[in-house]
Amino acid sequence: MTRVALVTGGSGGIGAATCRALASDGFHVLVGYGGSAGKADEVASGCDGAAEPVQVDVTDEDSVAAAVGHATEAGTLAVVVNNAGVADDDLLIRLDPERFDRTVQVNLRGAYLVSRAAVRPMLRARHGRIISVASVVALRGNVGQTAYAASKAGLIGFTKSLAREVARKGITANVVAPGFVATAMTDQLPDAARESLIDLAPTGRPVEADEVAAAIRYLASDAAGSVTGSVLPVDGGAGI
Amino acid sequence: MSQELLATITEVLSEDFGVPEDDISPDATFEGLGLDSLDVVELTLVLEEKTGVKLEDEELEDIRTLQQAVDKIAEKQG
Repeated sequence: MTRVALVTGGSGGIGAATCRALASDGFHVLVGYGGSAGKADEVASGCDGAAEPVQVDVTDEDSVAAAVGHATEAGTLAVVVNNAGVADDDLLIRLDPERFDRTVQVNLRGAYLVSRAAVRPMLRARHGRIISVASVVALRGNVGQTAYAASKAGLIGFTKSLAREVARKGITANVVAPGFVATAMTDQLPDAARESLIDLAPTGRPVEADEVAAAIRYLASDAAGSVTGSVLPVDGGAGI
Repeated sequence: MSQELLATITEVLSEDFGVPEDDISPDATFEGLGLDSLDVVELTLVLEEKTGVKLEDEELEDIRTLQQAVDKIAEKQG
């Protein structure tokens, strides 16, 4: 039976690397994209294995239900990677409520909607891997990132609670907490925020998207059946 | 009809959930059979496949016994 992996935010840096990694492990990968199909097409065709772009707006319940429906038609939904995220950074004083809400809507509520839709088929299969991409910032905080850090920290509490609920059904839920990964998204960070993140890492370098994908790949594997409710940092030591 | 549904649920409970057949009777409660709320959701997913009837989460809240589940499914089958 085809094992399907749905990766939201599949066309971004970490998302694309994750799609490639899971495809090469034999998953049929749905490269989730919110806006442009072009990039997701590119990622899908760059995968060594079965992959296809699927539009999913993680803030829209119907869009999420359609994507999960597509996954269950393609095979057994085995893995969900909640990677879709936005970073709208500013000092708290200047951060309007709408910008805060939007960040939480995508980064946290989006993971809630996707996970909630995915648990049903995973329950039926008595197997599942739900992996949410947080950030070292969720643990350390960072100037200009109150909204982002709050949304990502929320993923940790969400994941630990979900892990407790579904563990007995062969479903694990975990968080990967990357440090500063040089991607298109982080290039938009203010210089100060970017430098401060790099300086935090004892390795003294940004994390590679493939390194984050390798952690996700492990958590998605059968070998990680006893790893649940965990927060796996991939941050060059920035979170120590 | 109801007898058939009861037989289906009994088969699923014993095969998928390991409930001893002797414990299963129409007025047995799910809780009494050792099923927690997640087990009940999973049971309804299996029954949905076997009967074509989807039980909504809200409907599950008033279903405690096998007979209530059979009655609700039979009602929805029309």
